[in-house]
Amino acid sequence: MTTTLAGLTLPNPVLVASGCGGTGRELAPYLGDDGLAGLGGFVTRSISLDPRPGAEPPRVVETPSGLLHAEGGNPGLEPFLATELPELVRSGTRVVVSITGRTLSEHAELARRIGQAPGLSAIEVAVGGEPFHAASLVAAVVRDLPRGLPVLAKLQPDLLRVVETARGVLEAGAAAVVLADALAAALPDGRPAGLSGPAIRPIALRCVTEVCAALPDADVVGAGGIGSAADARSFLDAGAAAVQVGTALLHDPTTAARIAAELTSGDTP
Amino acid sequence: MTLHVTGEVLDTKRTGAYRHLTLVAPGVAERFRPGTFVAVTLADSARLARRSYWIHQVRPVGGYGPALQLVVEPVGTGGAWLAGLPVGAKVELTGPLGRPFALPKEPVSCLLVGEDVSAAPLFPLAERLRERGCAVTLLVAGRDEAHLLSALEARRSARAVTVVTADGSVGQRGRVADVIAETLGRARAEVVYAAGRHDTLHAVAAAAEDHGAWSQTAVELPQPCATGLCHGCPLPVVGEDGVPRTVRGCTEGPVVRGDRVRWAELA
Repeated sequence: MTTTLAGLTLPNPVLVASGCGGTGRELAPYLGDDGLAGLGGFVTRSISLDPRPGAEPPRVVETPSGLLHAEGGNPGLEPFLATELPELVRSGTRVVVSITGRTLSEHAELARRIGQAPGLSAIEVAVGGEPFHAASLVAAVVRDLPRGLPVLAKLQPDLLRVVETARGVLEAGAAAVVLADALAAALPDGRPAGLSGPAIRPIALRCVTEVCAALPDADVVGAGGIGSAADARSFLDAGAAAVQVGTALLHDPTTAARIAAELTSGDTP
Repeated sequence: MTLHVTGEVLDTKRTGAYRHLTLVAPGVAERFRPGTFVAVTLADSARLARRSYWIHQVRPVGGYGPALQLVVEPVGTGGAWLAGLPVGAKVELTGPLGRPFALPKEPVSCLLVGEDVSAAPLFPLAERLRERGCAVTLLVAGRDEAHLLSALEARRSARAVTVVTADGSVGQRGRVADVIAETLGRARAEVVYAAGRHDTLHAVAAAAEDHGAWSQTAVELPQPCATGLCHGCPLPVVGEDGVPRTVRGCTEGPVVRGDRVRWAELA
């Protein structure tokens, strides 16, 4: 079930969502003989220029049908390029590096430096839900990337503006939009967090439906609480070219491989 | 190598405040080492975070091969559910997970300190240490008698057993911190293994350092995925190079050197 996404050819339409696959090494034992290479692709946790320790605990909190997660931390760009990225590339999967910065110029610098790394398939960047800001962010990233390296823009599931934001980031040079990011939420103690998991699946599906209807030529990746082949199929049927599996992996690390296998065999119980 | 499998409850029995569950989980028991754990997926699909349990024992069960034994305190959504499972119930789990206790190469004197249900991984450790010719001293602590993991079984593997309870219902009245220095000295321990609350582990690690002993602490943290994927169980440590780092409690732990943990930040 070969899939074309953002000019890339993927062996199947199932990618691991950012922040839900560890460094890749931790997920590989649950993926069968092909390991990470058997997946459509692997999106890394979000990498910043400098190391970030991540939020104070509790960092990931259960809520009905979802998980709330504050920032998970990352080693920073240099250690990532030196250790994690080469190992992911060696695994044979299509590596999408997710980047995060505080400013446009930080994003631009990340793009410039990561763009030189060998073996990379694409860059993903969470652009929020405000159309102008999202487009500016994508423009800054695209400008500093080597030609031909696609950018996936991950949007907030804000139904009122998602079509406008999607149009804006595509015009700014994004090769695909990921619908959608974790929904902005709060931990029980009030700290900012993202809500992911089955709780947001119907919202993400609506975003995919709206964007695909308004922008039929857009490459769309569905994401949000996908935990079964049937879930994945509903996003693909709505017009998504591929899907990302995230939270479900934390519940059952074999999920991504199972969905990929079921989609490929056409067997969706 | 860890596996994600569907296990089955073979036996369940109450012991004090806890429930001992015997589970067959194909392939998991065979790979067990003391200090490893399993992550259980709750049957309620609206509950996405997993629950981690120490593997307490691995024992052959007729017709099934090696089976896992978990000790479950029936508190919280996960604990109450797991403790209430009947024989024959199916349980989805991943394991064995985590870095186990490191065993000494020489037959040195070892002190094992366990508190409440957290003492579970120390019993199979005591057996392994004794097989290697190590002199094993056990310090078992509990809130009260009901929350004390039975030291009876461990007496076979241990040279000396000290029991303390916070309410004095059995053994000495007190907490680990009250008796750790004296127990360490008496045992002339060169390695201390500990599993319990964070403040207890801190006290043990500090006492071990005072005595020039190595300490290995099994640090319990809520582990949303327990497999290293979510980075949701941050454990503050100091690296070999002296640089403070935050590692994943499930993957870089749960057993870490006591002198490497920034305990004050875990309080």
